[in-house]
Amino acid sequence: MNLNDKEVILHDMSLRDGMHAKRHQISLNEMVNIATAMDEAGMPLIEVTHGDGLGGASVNYGFPAHSDEEYLKAVVPKMKQAKISALLLPGIGTVDHLKMAKDCGVSTIRVATHCTEADVSQQHITMARKMDMDTVGFLMMAHMVSAEKIVEQARLMVSYGANCIYCTDSAGYMLPDEVTEKIGLLKAELGPDIELGFHGHHNMAMGVANSLAAIEAGCSRIDGSVAGLGAGAGNTPLEVLVAVLNRMSCHTGIDLYKIMDVAEDLITPMMDHPIRLDRDSLTLGYAGVYSSFLLFAKRAEAKYGIQARDILVELGRRGTVGGQEDMIEDLALTMAKARI
Amino acid sequence: MGKKLKAVIIGPGNIGTDLLMKMQRSEWVEPVWMVGIDPESAGLKRAQEMGIKTCSTGVDGVMEYIIKDDIRIAFDATSAYVHAENSRKLNELGVIMVDLTPAAIGPYCVPPVNLSEHAQNLEMNVNMVTCGGQATIPMVAAVSQVQAVDYGEIVATVSSKSVGPGTRQNIDEFTRTTAGAVEKIGGAKKGKAIIVINPAEPPLIMRDTVHCLTQDTPDQVAITESVHNMVAQVQQYVPGYRLVNGPVFDGNRVSMFMEVEGLGDFLPKYAGNLDIMTAAALRTAEMFAEKTADGSIALPARNSAKTIY
Repeated sequence: MNLNDKEVILHDMSLRDGMHAKRHQISLNEMVNIATAMDEAGMPLIEVTHGDGLGGASVNYGFPAHSDEEYLKAVVPKMKQAKISALLLPGIGTVDHLKMAKDCGVSTIRVATHCTEADVSQQHITMARKMDMDTVGFLMMAHMVSAEKIVEQARLMVSYGANCIYCTDSAGYMLPDEVTEKIGLLKAELGPDIELGFHGHHNMAMGVANSLAAIEAGCSRIDGSVAGLGAGAGNTPLEVLVAVLNRMSCHTGIDLYKIMDVAEDLITPMMDHPIRLDRDSLTLGYAGVYSSFLLFAKRAEAKYGIQARDILVELGRRGTVGGQEDMIEDLALTMAKARI
Repeated sequence: MGKKLKAVIIGPGNIGTDLLMKMQRSEWVEPVWMVGIDPESAGLKRAQEMGIKTCSTGVDGVMEYIIKDDIRIAFDATSAYVHAENSRKLNELGVIMVDLTPAAIGPYCVPPVNLSEHAQNLEMNVNMVTCGGQATIPMVAAVSQVQAVDYGEIVATVSSKSVGPGTRQNIDEFTRTTAGAVEKIGGAKKGKAIIVINPAEPPLIMRDTVHCLTQDTPDQVAITESVHNMVAQVQQYVPGYRLVNGPVFDGNRVSMFMEVEGLGDFLPKYAGNLDIMTAAALRTAEMFAEKTADGSIALPARNSAKTIY
C-alpha cells in the first residue's frame, strides 16, 4: 500500500466517543488538560460533546458530569491551533443546541444519522452551513447497507450543504475491503469537492487497517482516539495510527512522542476499565451492533443475569440502530421473563 | 337517533383516510365530507368510494355546506402552515376543530389525561400533540398523578416507513413539542423527548420508553396501579397499546417500556405511531359528542340550523 506524501487530518474522539467509556463523567479539568496536551502535540481537530452528541444528557444515554456548554466553554478558549468539533444527532439534539455550540466557538459540526435516514438532517445541515461552519454529514452504522445506498444518502446530505461526508463504522464490523469499496464509490460519485472521512471502532481490531484502507481510497479525514478511549473496544488508537502513518510517510502534522505521552500519561490513567477487546466488545464487531451499547449490556447482565453477549447478539438480530439504548433493559427484562 | 355529530376531514392523505375508516365504525361521529386540494388525489377517490362527499378546492369549497349539512366537528390532517386559516374559518361557523398538525394553536389534548376537561370547557380547537406524545404522556401522567415528577423523558422508536417527509424535514418540532407536552400535560417539571427512526425489515412496531424521576422515593404499589389503570384507559381507543415491561423502579427512576400496535385500518399495524394519532383524534371528537348528547355541554347555537336533537 502506498500512502507516500498523502496528507490526512486526524480527528480525536477521546473527549466525545470516550465519554461513552467514561459514562459521560470526564471532569472539566480532565477535558481541558487532555485537549491542551493534544493541541500542543499538533492534533488539528478535537471533538468535545456528550457521547451521544449535543443534547445527549438524558436518563437514556446518561447524564454527564457537565453540560455540553460547560465543556465547550472550558476547552475552546484554551486551544492554540486545534479546532473543536461537536456531534449532533437529529432526534436527540436540535438546531438550538447547534447555535449554542457555534456561540461557544465550535467550528466543525457533524450531523449524524443512521445510514438510511439522511433526510432527517436537512434542517441541521442547512443551518450549520448558513452559519458558515465546516459541516459534516456523518452516516452511522454504514456496514448495514450497500455502497450504492451510502452514496444515495450522502448525496442528500451534500444537497443540504455538507462539505464532508463520513462513512461511519459504528459497530466496528467492517473489514478493509468493505472500507475500500464504500469510500471508493463515494469518491467516484461525489467528486473532488466533497471531502471524505472514516470513523472506525476497534471491535475486530481493524481500526488501523481500516483507516489505512480509507486513506488509500480517498479519505482526507480519519477519526480515532488517543489511547483508543471510546465506545466498545474503543476507536482507532490515534498514537498507533500516527506511528504507522509516519513509517508510510503519510503526513499528519502530529508529534508522535507527544501524542504517545498524552495516551500514556493522561488518558490511560483516567480509564474506568481497560479499553480492550473483551468478549463483549468483540461480539459488537462480530454481530454488527452499535458500540455504545456495550456498557449498557454489561449493566443489564449484572442486574438481570442475562449474558451481555446474548443481549448484544439479539440486538443485532433485531436490527437495532444507534440511539436505541432503551431497548437493552427492555430486552433483558423480556429475556429474563422467558427464562423463568 | 341524531346523537352522532357530523364531521369533515381535511386532508385525504394516509392519516385522513385511516381516520375516515375508524370514523365509519363510530357510534358518536359520522364522517360526511372529505376535503382535499387535488381532484385527482387517491385519497379523495377512496373517500368517494366509501360513500363520503368530497371537495377538491380546500376548506373554502366546503364552507357553504357546513351549516346545510350540520357539520359540527372538523379534523385537520394537513399541515401547520394552513391549519390556522382552516381553523379560523370553521370556528366562525361553530365547528369544533381537532388539530392533527403540529400547529398547536389550541391546547394539547391527550384523551385519558385532559380530554374531559377540554370537552367540558367546549374548547373550539384542540391539538393532538405528536404521535410520541400520545403514546407516552399518559404514562408520565400516571406517575405524576401519584407523586411529584421532577423529570420526564420519553424515547419513541418508530419504523422508517411510518415517518413521512413532513416530520423528517422538521424533526426538531417533534422533540420540542413532545418535551413541552410532557411538562404541560404529563405533569413533569422538566421534559425531554428523543425520537429514533429504525429502518429494519419487516418494520418494527412503534415502541416507547418512558422514564420518570420522582422527587421523593417512588410509591411502587400506587404507581404500578396507576400505570395499569392508565394503560387500560388508552386501550379503550388503541387496543394495541401494551406495557411490555415495567414499571421498573431503580432509586427514584420509574421506567415503562411500551409497544403500540395499530389496528391496521388504512395504515399498517406496525405504524402504531400514526394509529394512535387518528384514534386519539376520533376519541376526542366522540367525547364532545357524548357530552353534547348527555346535555353537559351545548354546541354553539346555529340560527339557520334546523337540526332536531
